Amino acid sequence: MTSTKPSSAAEKPTESAPAAALHVGTSDPRTLILNNLRQSGIFVALVVIVALFAFLTEGLLLSPGNITNIVLQYSYILVLAIGMVIVIIGGHIDLSVGSVVALTGAVSAVVVIRQGQPWWVGVLAAIAVGLAVGAWHGFWVAYVGIPAFIVTLAGMLLFRGLTLRVLDNISLSPFPTEYNQIAAGFLNGLIGGDGYDAFTLLIGALAVAGYMVSCFRTRVARIRYQQPVESFALFVARMVLVGAVVMYFAWQLAHARGLPIVLIILAVLVLVYGLLTRRTVFGRQVYAIGGNLSAAMLSGVKVRTVNFWIFVNMGFLAGVAGVIFSSRSNGAQPGAGNMFELDAIAAAFIGGAAVTGGVGTVVGAMVGGLIMAVMSNGMQLMGVDLSMQWVVKGLVLLVAVAFDVYNKRRAGASR
Amino acid sequence: MDDNILEMRHITKTFPGVAALQDVSLAVRRGEIHAICGENGAGKSTLMKVLSGVYPSGSFDGEILFDGEPVHFRGIRDSEDHGIVIIHQELALVPYLSIAENIFLGNERRGRSGLIDWNRTNADAAALLASVGLQENAVTPVVQLGVGKQQLVEIAKALSKKVRLLILDEPTAALNDIDSAHLLDLMRRLREQGITCIMISHKLNEITAVADSTTVLRDGRTVERLDMGSGEVTQERIIRGMVGRDLDSFYPDRVSTPGDEVLRIEDWSVRHPTQDRLVVDGASLDVRAGEVVGIAGLMGAGRTELAMSVFGRSYGRDVTGRLFMHGREIKARSVAEAIDNGIAYATEDRKRFGLNLIEDIRRNVSSAALRKLARFGWVHDNEEIKVAETSRRDMNIKAPSVMSLVGKLSGGNQQKVVLSKWLFTDPDVLILDEPTRGIDVGAKFEIYTIVNRLVAEGKAVIIISSELPELLGMCDRIYTLSAGRITGVLPVGEATQEKLMELMAKDKEVVG
Repeated sequence: MTSTKPSSAAEKPTESAPAAALHVGTSDPRTLILNNLRQSGIFVALVVIVALFAFLTEGLLLSPGNITNIVLQYSYILVLAIGMVIVIIGGHIDLSVGSVVALTGAVSAVVVIRQGQPWWVGVLAAIAVGLAVGAWHGFWVAYVGIPAFIVTLAGMLLFRGLTLRVLDNISLSPFPTEYNQIAAGFLNGLIGGDGYDAFTLLIGALAVAGYMVSCFRTRVARIRYQQPVESFALFVARMVLVGAVVMYFAWQLAHARGLPIVLIILAVLVLVYGLLTRRTVFGRQVYAIGGNLSAAMLSGVKVRTVNFWIFVNMGFLAGVAGVIFSSRSNGAQPGAGNMFELDAIAAAFIGGAAVTGGVGTVVGAMVGGLIMAVMSNGMQLMGVDLSMQWVVKGLVLLVAVAFDVYNKRRAGASR
Repeated sequence: MDDNILEMRHITKTFPGVAALQDVSLAVRRGEIHAICGENGAGKSTLMKVLSGVYPSGSFDGEILFDGEPVHFRGIRDSEDHGIVIIHQELALVPYLSIAENIFLGNERRGRSGLIDWNRTNADAAALLASVGLQENAVTPVVQLGVGKQQLVEIAKALSKKVRLLILDEPTAALNDIDSAHLLDLMRRLREQGITCIMISHKLNEITAVADSTTVLRDGRTVERLDMGSGEVTQERIIRGMVGRDLDSFYPDRVSTPGDEVLRIEDWSVRHPTQDRLVVDGASLDVRAGEVVGIAGLMGAGRTELAMSVFGRSYGRDVTGRLFMHGREIKARSVAEAIDNGIAYATEDRKRFGLNLIEDIRRNVSSAALRKLARFGWVHDNEEIKVAETSRRDMNIKAPSVMSLVGKLSGGNQQKVVLSKWLFTDPDVLILDEPTRGIDVGAKFEIYTIVNRLVAEGKAVIIISSELPELLGMCDRIYTLSAGRITGVLPVGEATQEKLMELMAKDKEVVG
């Protein structure tokens, strides 16, 4: 590919691939790193926190059994965080998701346990209720114009009340085995393995390969379109690092109980929503609305429609989380899902979402959620008192957002 | 010898890249009504901000003498302590507090306990209301008052601060005739009480009616000081002072070859979104392919409101009238429909309404026509980069890459991003609202060149501008708008700044 825009005298006929890559565009590694500080900063924070607790728990944190545990224990928060980060990017908030998790789980329990329907009817019922709740919120926020804070605060009370109503104020349990498998089941032994599960490793390897291919294709395209990309060395380093982390993770899972079904659900959701936010018109419009509502409106974005679907989507994911949580707790309780909204909101903010909207990523929210998860889990392993756990989590949230605000002010000052 | 309450001497205030005020002097005699005139952007507001301490002492050159003493204000609080109170065009009242609470906001009447003494608050407020001739109960929430009465509340608030020099910025811009007359009467009464007034106004008839002297500003400089006492200074005389400058070769040449009509509106009326008045009143205009049409009007004439209501009814309510594209009537009920019909509107405030400052050039350029880059809702992001790259090259946007955040670009480059965004929608008519506001000279020239290129390609362009030389330099025809009505249309060959100014100031007269 010949460059039509020779931009510097450094262009030589014989170039190695890395030099050519660096050469495209004008950005040097330092600006690239600075620009990505917020994103990469979160990964660094996660690594530091994992290392810290691995040290404090004398390796217990990273034991196969515990890693499996973390996944199972926080999967529903991560599912909620996916929806929540989209809500927050759009410039809203959703305080009701804990109650919605309870309500959808309760409906599912009534359908499956009390009425004896098959497990999948329960799943569908829960998701249908989630969608309906989302449409309810979306209607008030988008079409009536009530701030989401109020609408979902009302929803928090409303749907908690309905949960009590549906359950007649008592717990329902247990679910049949199939339903219970959603959150407690594993895929393993499909292709054998000696003392470990080869299937889990295979899936891990496939995931890594897929990630690498996709990154490489993006990079090739960027170069073809003459866009700045990171240096080849940095690119390779990133590939190797991600690959190593995923394979280590898969290795540990393979030595415990195999691949949790929940993890597969979660991975699919992260993949789908990652693409939805970055690559679809809808996703772009969410960013546009959160970034500058007036400008979006004057650019022909149908703001109401987009806002409506943001909340419908949140309801859908709350339904999924409701299924996972009820499955994991093997029943429905009136008090289920209490304070889940706060964990999900915290995950989004720690993951780099901006309080004012317009900024945030699904991956960031996942990392933010994992930071919270590792901290909770690590402190539990250490036997830290619950009171201190809350204090620490609160402080971490505060510092993360303070960092965000500080960054923004600095960016503003540099103009 | 003049007894001057205020003298501002050799004031120079620069912003990065722009000199807003250069060696401006202003002398105001004790107890007079002093008018300050000038086109939009002449430096009137900046001068008042210097005076009131919004721009603190030290951030400008020159000296201010108040009562013969040099003063150095560090903030509004300082100037108010000296009895200088400014009432801005956008009133600064808290809508859901009562009149009395608003009057004493930040200056509360307290009892000995430190708690607010409501009886004294309301009684004092009632006395002040009487002195400005406002017959309202002091406990009435401000939100229930019309704009004219709110203005009086502002004045009462100023009086409560023992005002000695009252500055009114466009006090009658939002008022009807009766309220305006009432306000002018009040100013005369205040003069009798020994309060000096500075009045910034576009309404020359009001200036000739009440002002004792007038200072004219132009391009950040003092042009002249006119003594109005003799009664010989006419509106025409003031206009000459305001516009007296030559059209230089600042505008790139263009051969004008208008083609078929592209957009036409007929009998277009728009109501204010919350108040019961027509902001645009029966306006009709048209623009042809390959033609640049200007809309001139003073602040508050309804220029932006007209444009936004045409652009998918993004302003106002009860929009009536007919809209034609290429001779066919259309209904553009939403912005999306307007875009689909080939209308584009670049707003006057690009930071608030035009751009997503926390996104990059790429995403901003594609944002109004993302569908063109998408299939089944799926954005082809490499094509998006290509589109943005093309714009960056064609428009000469100075940025390291299309991934640069728009918020970090200069005003001129931001405006180029706005233009790129609208050009990507492939419009037939582009409405540019103050396209060169806050942009340095070099970038202005580039924007003009881009406009000329578009017109040569057969697009129709409407330019709304407060800078008359810009309209005279760029347009083929210029419409004038006053109080929501089209008061005239002049081919550029017949238009002069004086003629336009006269039509723009024409109040409540219908021109056939």
